[in-house]
Amino acid sequence: MGPSHPATHGTIKFNLKLKGEKVLACDVEVGFLHRGFDKSCEQATWTQVIPYTDRLNYASSLINNVGYALAVEKLIGAETPPRCQYIRVIVSELARIHDHLTCCGMAASELGAITAGFYMIEAREMITRITEYLTGARLTVTYVRIGGLKHDLPRDFSNRVRQSFRTIRKIVDDCDRLLSRNRIFIDRMSNVGVISRETAIGYSLTGPILRATGIDYDVRKAFPYLVYDQFDFDVPLGSKGDNYDRFVCRTQEIEQSMRIVEQALEKLPVGPVWIDDPRFVLPEKEKVYNSIEGLMHHFKIIMEGIHVPAGETYFAVEGGNGELGFYIVSDGGGRPYRMRVRPPCFIAMCAFHMMIEGYMVADIVPTFGMVNMIGGECDR
Amino acid sequence: MSETNPHLSYIQEKLGAKVLETLQAQGDDVMLLDRAGLRESFRILKEDPKLGFNFLSEITAVDYWNKKQPRFEVVYLLVSLQRKAKLRVRVPVPESDAAVESLTALWPGANFLEREVWDLFGIRFSDHPDLRRILLYEEFQGHPLRKDYPVNLCQPLVPERQVEGTFVDERSRIKLMRLKHSLGQKS
Repeated sequence: MGPSHPATHGTIKFNLKLKGEKVLACDVEVGFLHRGFDKSCEQATWTQVIPYTDRLNYASSLINNVGYALAVEKLIGAETPPRCQYIRVIVSELARIHDHLTCCGMAASELGAITAGFYMIEAREMITRITEYLTGARLTVTYVRIGGLKHDLPRDFSNRVRQSFRTIRKIVDDCDRLLSRNRIFIDRMSNVGVISRETAIGYSLTGPILRATGIDYDVRKAFPYLVYDQFDFDVPLGSKGDNYDRFVCRTQEIEQSMRIVEQALEKLPVGPVWIDDPRFVLPEKEKVYNSIEGLMHHFKIIMEGIHVPAGETYFAVEGGNGELGFYIVSDGGGRPYRMRVRPPCFIAMCAFHMMIEGYMVADIVPTFGMVNMIGGECDR
Repeated sequence: MSETNPHLSYIQEKLGAKVLETLQAQGDDVMLLDRAGLRESFRILKEDPKLGFNFLSEITAVDYWNKKQPRFEVVYLLVSLQRKAKLRVRVPVPESDAAVESLTALWPGANFLEREVWDLFGIRFSDHPDLRRILLYEEFQGHPLRKDYPVNLCQPLVPERQVEGTFVDERSRIKLMRLKHSLGQKS
């Protein structure tokens, strides 16, 4: 089932052994989108790596940015000011909503519920417009910097977000009424692609796939980072580990993410968004143009890159598909020595054969849709 | 200092001489482990009731070419879902005999992760059920994430693979011949 197939979005190949329509064995071939992320990052400075991280999970690029910045800041030993942390939370949750809407919309449209797919794309368009208003770009944003953000929130941001959320809630509610008690949808998604809890842990699955089996592991709750411990949100858990549970987990997570964003917008503190450390922060333009020290400072940071102290560290955030971790090794210079992403989809692809063996060829489509393999993250 | 962390000193007791060093880096528990008897050490880490590291988060490798000996380090990340604790295990691997025991028997998810380390670094995993390239194509030469692999190296052009059931005709062979000719390579 070749790398370009109309119903599997993303380049991936399944070598299936079939008996009639039933799948006996499956060998998953990944790597069609391998672009050499690790090696490219070793040639770029620490800040130049951020556009590379955008293009990992391109449905939720802000989460990748935030994860990378947090990993480097852990190695530096810096903590960004509270306003920056709140904005990073808001931005991560918006990206998560974007990712889940893409996944659920595409999964529904691949099953034939194209209307529901298009409604979710409309909801996703609201999020994309907010992202564009905030950062300037729709998809690959490069908004977060090491030690802060590129710029503060624009005026009227929270009103726009609240207005969009009213529309998104209505659309998600409509899609829920179209799909969740729909006979055809339930027949195709329920009891299909089942994975048990022990198998899920053995295969290192995380994210909605793991939570659909009933295991409560969400990086935001287990190892809280940024200011997630100050928000009141639930983590939806499934029970059977089938596609229908994954779908419901994702749609419920959209609602929970909206709750987090609304709480964060209310509690948003005033203050700076950059850490107060001249080693990592570019100076203001007035100083750069009017003083020699500012010019030299700017020059050093841009040409050599920020000097991250030598060492190695790992930091994990909760991405749209699970635990997105960054393992960084620094040799004290301006460029990373080793840059590794723990890709949740790649690991899910290892378990994919367990999810479709014994089912029919047509069941691959919803299972693959709900696993949400994003080629950029799987192959890097 | 492992004295301040009771879990690290407990692990050190249990695994004895295999633990080469324990560190605490930015609040994380890190352990350097000897590669001999690796599967057994990991089995202890997984099944011991006080440790319970039942979740293997990641397997990756780092190439410290000319920076330190031994050349490679394979890094494992373990998580205990019950205790909400993480452990990073680094296993130094020399260049001359770049092989480590595979953990697929303990965690089936190690399959793809170990294949990726083999593909990009060239570190073999003994007893791995199916060790072949995963992200790169089979005819690729070399292991790209090694530091002595130049970034701009051009791979040799290979003819289109004849896969059973697909149709490969003369046009692709002729195109390849023309391409090689224009690049000045001998076919």
